[in-house]
Amino acid sequence: MSGSSIDKSTAQAPGPTLLVNGRPCRLPSSGVLLDLLAEHGLNPEAARGVAVAVNERIVRKADWAERQLAAGDTIEIVTARQGG
Amino acid sequence: MQAFSSDNGSSGTSSGDELRIGSLTLASRLLLGTSGYPSMQVLLDAIAASGTELITVAIRRMNLEDEQEEGFLSTIRSLPVALLPNTAGCYTAKEAVLVAELAREALETDLIKLEVIGDDETLMPDAEQLVKAASELVMSGFTVMAYANDDPITCRKLADIGCAAVMPLASPIGSGMGIVNPYNLQLIRELLPDLPLLVDAGIGTASDASLAMELGYDGILLNTAVSKAEHPVAMARAMRHAVLGGRLAHEAGRIPRRFYAQASSPMHGRVGR
Repeated sequence: MSGSSIDKSTAQAPGPTLLVNGRPCRLPSSGVLLDLLAEHGLNPEAARGVAVAVNERIVRKADWAERQLAAGDTIEIVTARQGG
Repeated sequence: MQAFSSDNGSSGTSSGDELRIGSLTLASRLLLGTSGYPSMQVLLDAIAASGTELITVAIRRMNLEDEQEEGFLSTIRSLPVALLPNTAGCYTAKEAVLVAELAREALETDLIKLEVIGDDETLMPDAEQLVKAASELVMSGFTVMAYANDDPITCRKLADIGCAAVMPLASPIGSGMGIVNPYNLQLIRELLPDLPLLVDAGIGTASDASLAMELGYDGILLNTAVSKAEHPVAMARAMRHAVLGGRLAHEAGRIPRRFYAQASSPMHGRVGR
């Protein structure tokens, strides 16, 4: 309904503009997913067993460097844990 | 007189009786969950004692503050076992499909244990959402192993969709109640004679696993029965033998039940008669 206008207003705000694993997080200055993940210690070579989704869509490791993020994006970074 | 032969080749205990699911070939028919063990070492020892070749893992958000997070995965990846990611905790087809896709990307496997539950109290599958998710995942090329209710109709729908294996529950997850409806499990087996069927959830002890195998199931997936046993490693060993014993008994063909006794020893030539 008014989703686009909300995105514009949050993009102007100085505060956190992404949601990373449920927590607010600043958009990296480059706006690139790869840089956001690097800030969290993840790079495509070392990140075995990790998967990333932006707005509920998988972004493959090979595409991390190209994927542009926008204000309001939701990022999930997951790995395997003990489970039954 | 013929010498007693210590055969096992012809009886199907080792080679020639593998379980095939998708492109996987498993010599062990026991699948083990990795959750809730007293320690990582007990988990590793239980995996070894169980003889399993396929272990389940959950897909969860990374703890971005914890550098040690990768420890679990790199440890189990060094083992000679394959990983079966699950969609535990998903309530809708949409959630389950996303988790399955994340699992495929993270672990480079098409295998998925599809779990779509209806509530927190019973953890019973939501049949409607389960069938929907299974259908989408099969179309996306996943090898779907579907955790299902012990309902022949839902299981048949999952089979018709193209699931690689269907896994009805014995009783609710973690309940240890064993097989509460062996009649239903038998119906499902008879309805789907050619599809890999595993009993998943509710196993409490070795005899439960044996019974499922004697009913003709192709394998067992269990977790809590081992991880929460007083001695998990010993229980893992017990489960290994229970699954094997049940499988052999099924293959051997049990005698029919009868109401009255039938003497095993010959009746003629009895002393004093």
